[in-house]
Amino acid sequence: MSSRRDDSDEDPRGSAPGGLSRRALLRGGAVAGLGAGLLSSLPALAAKSAKAPAEPAKTEAGVALLGPGPVAMKLQVNGKEHAVKLEPRVTLLDALRDHLDFTGAKKVCDRGTCGACTVILDGKTVYACSVLAIEAQGSDIQTVEGLGTVEKLHPLQAAFVENDAHQCGFCTPGFVMASKALLDANPAPTLPEIHHALSGNFCRCGTYAGIRGAVLGAAAAYTATAAEGDTSPEPSGNAGDDARPKKKKKKKRNDG
Amino acid sequence: MADTTDQKTADPTWPAAEERRLIGQRISRLDGPAKSTGTAKYTYDLNRPGLLYARVLRCPHAHAKVTKLDMAPAEGMPGVRAVRVIQGMGTEIQWALDEVAVVAAVSDDIAQDAVRAIAVEYEVLPHFVTEEQLDKAPATKAGEEQTVGDPAAAMTAAAARSKGTYGMPVISHNCLEAHGQICEWTSKEEMTAWCSTQSLSSMPAQFAERIGIPAANVHVITQYMGGGFGSKFSVDRWGIECAELARQAGAPVKLMLDRAAELTVAGDRPSAFAEIEVGAGDDGTLTAWTSKSWGSGGLGSAGDPPMPYVFQIPNRRHRHTAVPTNTASSRAWRAPNHPQGCYLTMSALDDLAAKLAMDPYDLFVKNLPLTGKLADVYKQELEIAEQLMGWKARWHQRGAGGSGPVKHGLGLSLHTWGGRGHRSNCEITLQPDGQVELKMATQDLGTGTRTAVGIVCADTLGLPLEAVKVNIGDSRYPASGGSGGSTTIGGVSAATRRAALNARALLFEKAAPKLETTVDQLEAVDATIRVKGSPDRKLTWKQAVALFGHTPVTATGANPGPGELTGSGVGGVQMAEVAVDVETGIVKMQKMVAVQDCGLIIDLKTAESQVYGALIMGISGALSEEKVIDPVTGRMLNVDFESYKMAGIGDVGELVVHMMTGPGYDERGPIGLGEPPMVSPGAAIANAVANAVGVRVPYLPLTPRHVLDALAKGAA
Amino acid sequence: MHPFEYASPATVEQAVKLLAALPGKASVLAGGSDLLGLMKEGVETPERLVSLKAVRALRGIRYAPETGFRIGALVTVSELAADAALRWELPALSDAAGRVAGPQIRNVATVGGNLCQRPRCWYFRNGFGLLPQHDGKSMVVEGDNRYHAILGNQGPAAFVTPSTLAPLLIALEAEVVLHGPNGDRKIPLERFYRIPVAQGEIEHDLNPGELVTEIIVGPGAGRRIASYEVRQRETLDWSLATASVALEMEGPVVKRARVVLGQVAPMPWVAADAERFLTGKAIDSGIIREAGEAAVLGAKALSKNGYKIQLAKVAVQRALRAAAGRED
Repeated sequence: MSSRRDDSDEDPRGSAPGGLSRRALLRGGAVAGLGAGLLSSLPALAAKSAKAPAEPAKTEAGVALLGPGPVAMKLQVNGKEHAVKLEPRVTLLDALRDHLDFTGAKKVCDRGTCGACTVILDGKTVYACSVLAIEAQGSDIQTVEGLGTVEKLHPLQAAFVENDAHQCGFCTPGFVMASKALLDANPAPTLPEIHHALSGNFCRCGTYAGIRGAVLGAAAAYTATAAEGDTSPEPSGNAGDDARPKKKKKKKRNDG
Repeated sequence: MADTTDQKTADPTWPAAEERRLIGQRISRLDGPAKSTGTAKYTYDLNRPGLLYARVLRCPHAHAKVTKLDMAPAEGMPGVRAVRVIQGMGTEIQWALDEVAVVAAVSDDIAQDAVRAIAVEYEVLPHFVTEEQLDKAPATKAGEEQTVGDPAAAMTAAAARSKGTYGMPVISHNCLEAHGQICEWTSKEEMTAWCSTQSLSSMPAQFAERIGIPAANVHVITQYMGGGFGSKFSVDRWGIECAELARQAGAPVKLMLDRAAELTVAGDRPSAFAEIEVGAGDDGTLTAWTSKSWGSGGLGSAGDPPMPYVFQIPNRRHRHTAVPTNTASSRAWRAPNHPQGCYLTMSALDDLAAKLAMDPYDLFVKNLPLTGKLADVYKQELEIAEQLMGWKARWHQRGAGGSGPVKHGLGLSLHTWGGRGHRSNCEITLQPDGQVELKMATQDLGTGTRTAVGIVCADTLGLPLEAVKVNIGDSRYPASGGSGGSTTIGGVSAATRRAALNARALLFEKAAPKLETTVDQLEAVDATIRVKGSPDRKLTWKQAVALFGHTPVTATGANPGPGELTGSGVGGVQMAEVAVDVETGIVKMQKMVAVQDCGLIIDLKTAESQVYGALIMGISGALSEEKVIDPVTGRMLNVDFESYKMAGIGDVGELVVHMMTGPGYDERGPIGLGEPPMVSPGAAIANAVANAVGVRVPYLPLTPRHVLDALAKGAA
Repeated sequence: MHPFEYASPATVEQAVKLLAALPGKASVLAGGSDLLGLMKEGVETPERLVSLKAVRALRGIRYAPETGFRIGALVTVSELAADAALRWELPALSDAAGRVAGPQIRNVATVGGNLCQRPRCWYFRNGFGLLPQHDGKSMVVEGDNRYHAILGNQGPAAFVTPSTLAPLLIALEAEVVLHGPNGDRKIPLERFYRIPVAQGEIEHDLNPGELVTEIIVGPGAGRRIASYEVRQRETLDWSLATASVALEMEGPVVKRARVVLGQVAPMPWVAADAERFLTGKAIDSGIIREAGEAAVLGAKALSKNGYKIQLAKVAVQRALRAAAGRED
């Protein structure tokens, strides 16, 4: 603890009460959906922020040493940049959940096993609990919030609903993201391929039957659209090109 | 409340099959879109303005006395806003990871730093955590011996006898959303708490009596919760501590358990072991049973598995003994006592069938009269399950599972559960603009409660499901029972049916003169109120509601209430097919069939999901779950998801679910489904393994270690 | 996690300097899938993390028929599994990589990290140390040892080596390149592992300030290679016993055999008895059976792990059968 900057006026976690980074708030980057109480505290935050000392420029071997106190970072989440000030020890999961209010990714095991915190980093699934936020800078971070919305579901999310692939729903965003990565790479997976691709995710209520159905159903929808030559189905929500079926290899599906 | 009208519908019933438009259909759950988009906000997800994070200092010893506790180093740390001692100097701790102190800080990381900074010392005391062998337990609590008939004489006279020892370990609830809550004081005397609970309506009183404010001043919210399975009824000591930290700090505090604590202290299912002898005539008619069982549920209760299970063998004797261990107390775990009683009984009966070289299907059918009033239900279910599994065509004698290293086998089990609807209240408001609002202080654990009450309300009022705004998860709505013991669906749907019938009766009263008829001639169909047989004489829903002017109309309904809308006592049959590699002891699920009765089904889709879920959770418990308690330290060793092994999507095989519906089932009204299908999987799977490999693997989980040990013993 | 300072060097030289400046208090961060978990448990408490993320020189797989594969330490397990040349030349290694943990781990975990990951022993992970003692006795021996070592367990160490790639790479006679304050050092991967005998020792031959930079798998045309893992679950799970074999054949006769076991000893365990037994033999089902027996000749069961002797034996037999292309 001796190495921490103990500036008593500075909130040691380096971000705003209510879990949103000051800069995100000030830039208006992530304000949508915030409670009025939080917004009303903006002037106070701005005042505090102005007092925050600049990160001391410490180098060794020509390399900057950052932390252990809060460090300014930029995270690219669902296509938007968010500025935050976090200690290097803060995981991407805590940054998303506690500081940017992206709470779709869940904290369950916090040890890189359960899959509930699955996000897509530069096109590949990762456990957000096992990546440091500071290391996720410069990467394209996709969370479940970047797919469809309740009003306009992504076809995969619609298949989850249709197949009742959720009970308590706590594992669901992780399964949705892992399934999305699978279908992006392989739009017509076999059942064993689905099992392999989702082997890093666990459910406690026992929704695997629904998830199998959802992924197979979504795959059928992806390939059906692709077969019709429609490369741009109506995008769902802000899904952008996420909803677009990828025309790749087609395989026979094994329902057994 | 404008009008309370419980008397309006004196004798409510469920609609006849031909009148149901939503009830019993396959309907997607209302909150599916919120869950699959990640917009459903659980307790763990809420970021209140100024939120503090709490972390708990836990005792690393299974039995110890706190000899030093200095909070000052934590208290003085920047960012720490409140600290509290939970079990101070001199306290004797009785299980590992019990709470000692707690801190709240501006970030989760700082809260953890502060917990590490607390200076604490313990005097370690001897512990006992291994209950597998009854004769080695230092203390036991023996239950009453229950005897019916003359088991000793019947056993002597039996043509066939089978004797065995069986057991299953303690397993954890392991809810994905850990236990926890956020507490926020809105004034000196008022608090709001967001709780991950399965007993919303009881939370205010549970908080109030320990934080010293009136229950009416505690507002509890549970919009979404990430699994309970029986472990989330209590406010828990950590709930009270969270409230006190929030009061002390003057800021909202979030306290969620970490995974090690969730697995270790937040709920588990008691273990059960038994020595059993069962006797039968040479035709398989069961005549005699004696059993001695024991198990541990920590220092508290250890359950008492019903034995013999389902089959009331005429001459029987049973005694259960609780073995206290230095582990956290067990909590209700889907179908308390039944999975244990079922596994122990069905294993013994299956061994007896093998001794008689009899197909256990035939042995079960032969003895169905011993199951009492569910005998016909079981018979129908057995026949359907036989078809779905192809049992008769594929069953083989024990051990004849194939010539290669991978052996196939089939196993079978029966189960029962009560599930009568709990106490519940529903309020339905018809807004002048036509909107229908339903309010009930129940919670949706993922079972589909939110959707079920919407379906009942919409079906009764002749509206589409989307027309009903379902409001649950708030303690300020009319009270409803906790979700346990499969009591929810019966309670909430009966209360909703009564409330909706009452609301409809009010509408009919207003509409009848307008349509120049009497109320008994009206029906609510297709968003109209119309005269039966004359569909043109109608009011649209909006026209009908407008008859009340600008004041909303409110009707209520309760359970229990007039009429018999819920039932109790269901039966189910499950069959399992496994492939066992006898060189590695690895058991792979091939297929599982569940045939289940639950009275009247409200939503077929979510009902089936409940059964799929029970099969999967049951497979997981049968194949790989176990709380591994270290004999040396008394600590649970497998406190993460990689070593507390649950089944994944590739481990569960093909699953087939068949729900019993129609005459003989529907008229009993909705009966809960959370417990019954959870009972049989362990028994059916263990029996399938015995059928495959030729010897009984007596201990769950069916890991390579247990399978290979049993094979080695069998070969010796 | 304890607070730490973070540095992201661009070169190996910078990384080594940053590590050497705080001996014993600085850790290398590669994929992080193991290290961050250990830090959250407080088992590892580095004051400095030196991230290799920006060190481009450690990425990529290079292949030439004359020299074989040079695999950068930062190549992810996913990249290893997907590499076309590797899949063509060493499909068993591609398959083994594709079985590591789950996709989310494979996408970040690196080959170097896979070889350097710490044991999964639950006493170690729960903070009791690598050689846990209680009242002067081994906690593993006295406690719950169902997943612990059956070979090489006579000293104080009874944990098992976690990597499923290491046994196969050792069977392939891979070398590992280490870079430290004194420059490069290249050693056979087999010698990278050791069994700690005293408190404070670790299971890797890794000096302070040193890091793995490259794995070299030399050419070995004509070898028959296979790996067999005994895993209970399809889902993310650890192998209970792994056997990796590489056979150099002359017609039906084994000219040279490598048989290496994982998850059964505190280091990847070279089954020398089995290797000797196989050498000069013509492979048939009886020889395979006996080779399995030979592989576990020195095995000693602890109180709860006797079944692992059977698993190790079967893993060897099945790996040999696969390598020899036999159905029986």
